[in-house]
Amino acid sequence: MDNTYLWWAILVMIFVNFTTRVLPFLLYRDRIPPAPIRFLEGYFPPVIMTILVFYSLKDIDLHTTPYGIYEISAVAVTIILHLIFKNFLLSIFAATLFYMGLKQGWFGI
Amino acid sequence: MAIIHLMKYNLEFKTALKHSIPVMMGYVVLGFAFGLLMSSYQYEWYWTLWMSLFIYAGALQFAAVGFFSAKLGLIDIAIASFFINIRQSFYGLSMLKKYAKSGWIKPYLIHTLTDETYAILTSIKISEKLSYRHYAIFLSALNQSYWVIGSVTGAFFGAAINFDTRGITFSLTALFIVLAIEQYKARKNITPFVVGAIASLVSMMLLGNNMLLGAILLSLAILFGLRGYMQKGNIDG
Repeated sequence: MDNTYLWWAILVMIFVNFTTRVLPFLLYRDRIPPAPIRFLEGYFPPVIMTILVFYSLKDIDLHTTPYGIYEISAVAVTIILHLIFKNFLLSIFAATLFYMGLKQGWFGI
Repeated sequence: MAIIHLMKYNLEFKTALKHSIPVMMGYVVLGFAFGLLMSSYQYEWYWTLWMSLFIYAGALQFAAVGFFSAKLGLIDIAIASFFINIRQSFYGLSMLKKYAKSGWIKPYLIHTLTDETYAILTSIKISEKLSYRHYAIFLSALNQSYWVIGSVTGAFFGAAINFDTRGITFSLTALFIVLAIEQYKARKNITPFVVGAIASLVSMMLLGNNMLLGAILLSLAILFGLRGYMQKGNIDG
């Protein structure tokens, strides 16, 4: 692995990530944010969360066995567990174990 | 110095510790998964340490593993990082007053303003007898320590034993799904999720694996297109 590339990539992420955190403190020290920004404040988090779900699943191969069935069932398990038990740790870990099991053939399928 | 502070602000520390327990469970294990993922790609443990100390953003750190293996260009990384974490700018908006008098430590408090830390700071009220500044410092530092400890442990554990990590990245998908469900519960409005899903699918069809930025830009366009309609319906704008 090329270490120079890694250093630069991480430095860029440190800088950009801190920028996103410090931005409002720099911009709105003593004034109220304009309406479009306040509109986004409410609607953007659910939108970005949905996009990230798709983004994290973008490598699914729908054309060969098992045609994305593993991913779709693991997504369903996550949702069902979370709706029933409302415990985000349980939902995340049980679903991840379930998916790892499917991928690694723990269940004999 | 730290010890003197701990004694003088014992109550603030205890309160922060109590509030941080749920975060500890999440961060240690997710951090562990991140460290394990990093070590499964043969990165030395210190890369994990630097990232958890100085980036300290779960979604971005997981996404970073993908950036590295794709050898994504620095400008692409900057743009993707910005859009993955731009939501944090909205967190800051509600911390402007609370952090106004935090003095020299303010940059650290801003640096550690993660989803979970923000959620606790904005949803749990502490007694007015306590120093909010010290409470916030302890809570932020405790939460980050869980993330750092979890991820470095994962990096070492992964390097030490041969562990089959296939499928472990699903924890990230599950995290996003759970956060999306929580956000739905808070707002009871399906529109943003539909917008996000449509934007993702269209962007995937057009751009394939490089769909992230396209999906975000497209969803912003749809959101502003629907703004009048959405603000009429519910929630404040």
